[in-house]
Amino acid sequence: MNRFFSKYKNFLFVLVPFGFLWAIKPLMPSWFFIPPKSCLGGCGSIEGMIPFVGWINAGIKFLKSYEIFGLFTFRELTRSISKGIDSVLNFTEAIFYNGFENLGIEPLPWIMLFGLAIVYGLYLRGWRLALLGGACFFYLALFSLRGIYELSMETLSAIAVSAPLSALIGLLFGIVAAKRKRFHDALWPVLNVLQSLPHFSYLIIVAIFFGVGSKAGVIATIIFAFPPMTRLTILGLKGVSQEIKEAGIMAGCSKWQMLFKVEIPSARSSIMLGINQVIMQCLAMVVIASFIGQKGLGHDLLARLQNLRLGQAFEIGVAVVFIAITLDRFSQAMALKEPERLKEGNFFKRHPFISSSILVILGSVILTFITPFASRIPTEYTISISGQLNSMIKFITTSLFNPLGAFRDFMLVYILMPTKAAFQSLPWIAVIAFVGLIGYRLGKLRLAITVMLFVFFIAASGYWVRALITLYMVCVSLVICALIGIPLGIWASKNDKRTKIVQNICDTFQTFPSFIYLLPAVMLFQISDVSAIFAIVIYSSIPITRYTIFGLRNIPNHIIEASITSGCTERQMLWKVKMPLAFPEILLGLNQTLMFALFMVMIAGFIGTVDLSQEIFRALTFADGGKGLIIGLCVAFIGLTADRLLVAWSDMQKKKLGFIS
Amino acid sequence: MFKYLNKIIVTISVMVSLSISGVANANSSGTIMIPTHNWSSQLVGAEVVGKVFEMAGEKVEYVPFDSQTVYQAMADGDIDIVHEVWEGAFGASFDASVATGGVIDLLTHDAVTREEWWYPVYIEETCPGLPDWEALNACADQFARADSGGKGVFIGGPVDWLKHDAEKVEALGMNFMVKNAGSAGAIWAELDAAVAQNKPVVIFNWSPNFIGAKYEGKFIEFPTHDPACTKDASWGINPNALYDCGNPANGYLKTGVNVDFEKNHPKAFAIASVMNFSGPMIDKMANYVDTDGMEISAAADRFIEEHQDSVNSWLAAAN
Repeated sequence: MNRFFSKYKNFLFVLVPFGFLWAIKPLMPSWFFIPPKSCLGGCGSIEGMIPFVGWINAGIKFLKSYEIFGLFTFRELTRSISKGIDSVLNFTEAIFYNGFENLGIEPLPWIMLFGLAIVYGLYLRGWRLALLGGACFFYLALFSLRGIYELSMETLSAIAVSAPLSALIGLLFGIVAAKRKRFHDALWPVLNVLQSLPHFSYLIIVAIFFGVGSKAGVIATIIFAFPPMTRLTILGLKGVSQEIKEAGIMAGCSKWQMLFKVEIPSARSSIMLGINQVIMQCLAMVVIASFIGQKGLGHDLLARLQNLRLGQAFEIGVAVVFIAITLDRFSQAMALKEPERLKEGNFFKRHPFISSSILVILGSVILTFITPFASRIPTEYTISISGQLNSMIKFITTSLFNPLGAFRDFMLVYILMPTKAAFQSLPWIAVIAFVGLIGYRLGKLRLAITVMLFVFFIAASGYWVRALITLYMVCVSLVICALIGIPLGIWASKNDKRTKIVQNICDTFQTFPSFIYLLPAVMLFQISDVSAIFAIVIYSSIPITRYTIFGLRNIPNHIIEASITSGCTERQMLWKVKMPLAFPEILLGLNQTLMFALFMVMIAGFIGTVDLSQEIFRALTFADGGKGLIIGLCVAFIGLTADRLLVAWSDMQKKKLGFIS
Repeated sequence: MFKYLNKIIVTISVMVSLSISGVANANSSGTIMIPTHNWSSQLVGAEVVGKVFEMAGEKVEYVPFDSQTVYQAMADGDIDIVHEVWEGAFGASFDASVATGGVIDLLTHDAVTREEWWYPVYIEETCPGLPDWEALNACADQFARADSGGKGVFIGGPVDWLKHDAEKVEALGMNFMVKNAGSAGAIWAELDAAVAQNKPVVIFNWSPNFIGAKYEGKFIEFPTHDPACTKDASWGINPNALYDCGNPANGYLKTGVNVDFEKNHPKAFAIASVMNFSGPMIDKMANYVDTDGMEISAAADRFIEEHQDSVNSWLAAAN
C-alpha cells in the first residue's frame, strides 16, 4: 500500500482534490459548477462574471473617435495606413494581373513566371526544384478553365505585400526584443497569445479600423504571420557567439555596424527560416482573409464550397498546395544557399543567373508578341478536372455513407455523447484546482498561478459552457490523433524512404485549405460531432506524426549501439529504449496537435457545432469586435494552459533523461 | 547571403515608403464599391449592376464580402450599394443600418423571395399529406437520428441567420429538434448525401436558389404568415406563443445604398433607383451559373445581352 502511494503520489496529488470537488457537486449550489453571472456593468446585461466584452467594445468605441493631438482620430490614422497598403497593392496587382493601363504595360505573362521559376530553381538548388517551380506555374496556367490563374495572381499579389511587411515588422520587433530585455518580456506573452488566437477573433476589429477588401486581408495576414519571424530573429540574434561579437568590437564596429554587418549576417539562417515561416503563414491565411474581403483563391474556394461545387473547390485547393509547397521549397533553398565565389570571364560567365533571367524576360516579352499563348493560355485550351473530381468525391461519399453510418451512430451514442456529458458536468472550481495542482507539481507556484488565471478568465468571461464543449471536441480529437499519429510516426521512422513519404503527405495536408474537408465530412457523417471531429483529426494528426518521427530519429547513436550490444530485440529497442527517449518530443508533438486542433475546431464551426466557434461566427456576423476577441482569448487560453503544462512536463522528462540540465 | 538580406530590406523599405506616399494622394470616393457574396444570382447581379454603371461612365470595384456584415460596412461608407437585400435573411441587419441614417432603402424589386423548411419530393411516398406541416409532424420519427432522442431532425441555417425555427417548433408543439448547420454548404452537403441514399431529410432552403434547379422538392406549408404572428402571442393557433406561423411566402427583395451615394455618384444613383429585377431575371442569373455552368463574368455579359431593352431603359435614367 505504501509503495502504491509513493509510486502514484503525483497522480494522487492532482486527482484526489479534483475527484473530491467533482463528487461534492450535488451538494453545492449552482455557482459552484457554472460560473455565476455578476452585476458588474449592469445586472443581466452581460453574459459572465466580469464584463470583458463590454470593456473591449468600449475601448473600440473610444478609439474610433479618439483624437490624437486633436488633429485626427485614431481610426483616421488606421484608415490612412490601410490606404497606403492599398496603393502598394494596386502596384503589385498591376504587375501580376491588372497591368499598368496608363502606361500600356501588360501584366506579367505566365510564360515569364514559368521561365523565371525554372531558372531560379536551377540556380538555387538544381533540376528538381526547377521542375517543381515550372510545374506549379504550368498547372496554374493550364487548369485555368475556371479562372485559377487570375485567382492565383490575385493571391500572389496580396502575399507579395503581406509577406515582406510581416517579415520587416517581425524583424524589427525581433531586433528590439533581442536588445532590450524589458521589451522582450513585454512582447513574449503577446506573441504567445497572438499565435494561439483564432483568426476569426480579430477579423472584426481589423474590419472596424482598417476597412474591408484586400488591404484589410493584408493587415489580418500580417497579424497572423509576423510572430514566428520575431521569435526566430530573437533566437538567431541571441545565438550569435561571443567570439564573433568580440571580433566585431575589436574591428571597431559602431552599434549599427555591429547590428547590420555582424549580428544579422551571423543570425542569417534563423532569419531566413523566419522568412520561410512568414510565407507559409501568409498562405495559411488565404481562405480566412477572404472573410474580410481578400480577393483571390480563398474567396472563390469558399464561394464554391457554399454552393457544393466540391470538385471546383478541390481544384483551387490543389493550386494553393502547389503555390505553398513551391514557395516553401524555394525559400528554404534560398536560406541554405551559400554565397558563391565570383567566377572568371565575361558577364555571362560571371553572372549566369542574372543573364539567363534577362534572357527569359526578354524572350517571354518577344513571345507575347508572337502568340497569345505566351501571355495567357486562351480559355478554350485550358482544362478543368472538377467534373471528374466531383464524381469521384460523390462516389466515395455515397458508397461509404451506409457502412460508416453504423460507426457514426455507435460513436455518437456510446462514446461522444457520454464524454460530452462528462465534460459538461465539470465544475469550474474543480477545473481550476486541477490545472493549478498539475502546474504546482510541474513547476511550482508561478506556473500554477498562471494556468489558474487562464482558466479563471474563461470561467469569468461567460462562455464557460461553450468552452467545455470545445474542450471536449479537442480532447477526443487529441486521443484519436495520438492513436493515428504515433503508430504512423513509428512506422515512418524505420527508414529514410518511409520518412520522406510520410513527410510529403504531412506537407500536403498541412497546406491544403482545411475548409475543403468539411463538406465531405458532412456527406459521410451528417451534421454531427463525428463529422467535426473527423475534420479536426485529419488536420491535427500532422504534428504528432512529425514529432514522433523527429523524436525517434534523433536518438543519440551511442545509446542505440549500447542497446544493440546489450542484446535488445527490435521490439525491446523500440519500447524500452527509443520510445522513452523520444517521449519528451512526443509530448511537444501533442502540444502542437492541440494547437492545430484548436485552430481547426473553429473552422469546424462551419459544419455546425454548438461550441465557441458558433459564438465567434455570431460575433463575426454582428460585427461585435469585443465578443469576437474575448471568445478568441478563451480559445487561446485553453491552448496556452495546455501548452504551459505540456512544455513543463516535457522539460521535466528531458531533465530526467539527462538531455538538458 | 547577407547580399539577399540587404536586398530584402531595401525592397521592403521601398514598399513602406511607397505606402506612406500613398497616404498623401489616396482618394476613395472615385470608385463605386459593390460587394459580392456567395450565391450565384447575387454574384451575377453584382456584375450586371457594375457593368451597367460602367456603361454610364462610372468606375466600379467588386469586394468579396460577408452578406450580414455588409450592412454595417454600407452604413460606414465602405460599400456603396447592395442590390439583393432579402427580407427573411437580412431584413433585421438592413433595418438596423437604415436606422443609423447611413443607408437609404432605395428600391423594392418585383422579385419576391421565400425562405422555409423544404424537403426533396421523394419523401412524399413515405410521408403522405406533405407539404402540410401537420403531416410532416406525424412522420417525425422518420427524420430521427442517433443523437436526437427520438425526435425528428430539421437541418436549419447557421444561428446567425436568426431564423426562429426552434421557437416555431415549440409554438406549434412539433416533435422535432433544430440542428443548426454552420454554413449553407453544410446544409447542401446534408441534402446531397440524403438524396443519394433516398433518405428522409428536411432542410432550410430559399427561393430563388440553385437547389430548386438541382433537386426536386417543395416547401412545407406552415400556417400562413401574418405580421402579428411575430409580435402578438395571442395570434394564431397557439395563443401563448409567438412564431406559430410560417415565414412570409412573398418576402421583399430590395436595393439599399449608402447615404452619400447620390452625392458621390449621381448617375449611378439614378440608374440604381430604376434598376428593378423581376423574379425570372433573378432565376436566370442563377441558372446561367448553376445549371449552365457559366463563369460569373460571362453570365453577366449574357444577361446584359439578353435584356438589352431593360438595360437601355436603366441607362436612360442617368441622362
